[in-house]
Amino acid sequence: MGSDTNVLVAGEATGTLIRLEEPLSFWGGLDPSTGSIIDQRHPQLGVNLSGHILAMAYGRGSSSSTGVLAEAIRLGTAPAAIILQEPDMIVMLGALVANELYGTTCPVVVVDRATFETFVNGLTVEILEGGAIIRVIPPFLCN
Amino acid sequence: LLDIVGAHVDSCIFNGIAGLDFAERLRDGGATVCVPTTLNVSTLDLLHPELYRGDDESRTFSKRLVDAYIDMGGMPTFTCAPYQLSQRPAFGDQIAWAESNAIVFANSVLGARTNRYGDFIDISCAITGRAPAAGLHLDEGRRGTVLFRLVDLPDSLVAHDVFYPVLGHLIGLASGNGVPVIEGLPADTTEDQLKAIGAAAASSGSVALFHAVGVTPEATSLDAVSRDGDIDVVDITHRDIAAARDQLTTRTDLPLRAVALGTPHLSIEGFAQLIQLLDGVVTHDDVEFYVSTGRDTLADVERRGWLDALERAGVTLVTDTCTYVTPIIRRVDGVVMTDSGKWAWYAPGNLGVDVAFGSMAECVRSATAGRIVRDPELWHGV
Repeated sequence: MGSDTNVLVAGEATGTLIRLEEPLSFWGGLDPSTGSIIDQRHPQLGVNLSGHILAMAYGRGSSSSTGVLAEAIRLGTAPAAIILQEPDMIVMLGALVANELYGTTCPVVVVDRATFETFVNGLTVEILEGGAIIRVIPPFLCN
Repeated sequence: LLDIVGAHVDSCIFNGIAGLDFAERLRDGGATVCVPTTLNVSTLDLLHPELYRGDDESRTFSKRLVDAYIDMGGMPTFTCAPYQLSQRPAFGDQIAWAESNAIVFANSVLGARTNRYGDFIDISCAITGRAPAAGLHLDEGRRGTVLFRLVDLPDSLVAHDVFYPVLGHLIGLASGNGVPVIEGLPADTTEDQLKAIGAAAASSGSVALFHAVGVTPEATSLDAVSRDGDIDVVDITHRDIAAARDQLTTRTDLPLRAVALGTPHLSIEGFAQLIQLLDGVVTHDDVEFYVSTGRDTLADVERRGWLDALERAGVTLVTDTCTYVTPIIRRVDGVVMTDSGKWAWYAPGNLGVDVAFGSMAECVRSATAGRIVRDPELWHGV
């Protein structure tokens, strides 16, 4: 797994995985002061993403999501890393700029659909800098 | 990379210190734009600062952010509808636009070409005059991926403005990040109706381009925007439309606190409709009536002598920002009524209000009555 990973923003991260059932617009959908989902229509309303590896197929909604993600990273409430199925410049730029401004690390990687499907909630995932290989450390919640 | 002829920058809306740090770093480093660059809304109404109910710190940061983008050469347009300005992109123009509803309008209705850009890359493109030669900038990326056919909808509904945000909301949810094609819209579908489709579809989904066969400029035929029938087909029935309409209302059993029109910013044609509806009516004492628009459109409204009619009816005009992005509405402990799919999508999360979706006429009648008033004929046959 991981050989086809496309690295949008490089970096190392480890965390338990939260897979979004629907895409999320960070602007209007994520409170950067807490890291929680505030989109009233999102099935995972109230879930806190701080420090988790976020798996989201693609971005949704607002162009301002970039700024909200950057602000969440600055405040330390953001996901530890983001795994996408489709490249998304709105997500990528938020992480890239925050990392540049504040010396933080929030890698963003894109995997193919088959790989994306293997990321289920609760897995512990590690993203590595070199080649950005994604490994599942102990898959205690495999289905 | 490819050269662009213009940019629309969304980064000027204050979302936190990170965006301000980024802008001031660029400005202080001497960056300036090299193509005509319009600015999106702020979190402030710079023409009517008294409307803003946020804290002083956020007000100061918002102003600093706006100033940084003006220092870099951004035009003080402060509108989410730059396609309503007198200068707008032409068919085939390569541009870098942020603001989800503006992106989808530019691509779909104008036939200009932009990817779904967001904060930071928008100003970067404006400074360099270049954008990545990929995605929707290229013919290949603009082909339709899913075809929506309108099958059994009453003509009277399809002719009405209220239908279009609902259709957009539905298509946004059902399109993923693809390029939807709509078949069955009337050839005389208006720009405001297409604007409503795009704004809603870019909120509930990730739509950056749609084609409407026989309506939008690239969709001269279905074949022109699809590859030899290689497209998924979804039939939209009256049941789908009814379900999508109902999703835009969260609840109606609380007091009506406000009416919010003008998301995206109301066009001059929208004002013409509103002025007719406001004839002889006055907003109820318990309801606030807000209309958001761009400062250029406001100047046009003034030139046409419409300000008195709006004021007499109790309408508060909001410019440079919008009522769902910043604290303006006084009471958010009840229902706000809107004719916008985008307002209905975002306001519950942003403001904590409940929302009722309706037509512009229903919004006016409700504002007058002080409670939600429905037109029973509007959705006849759905």
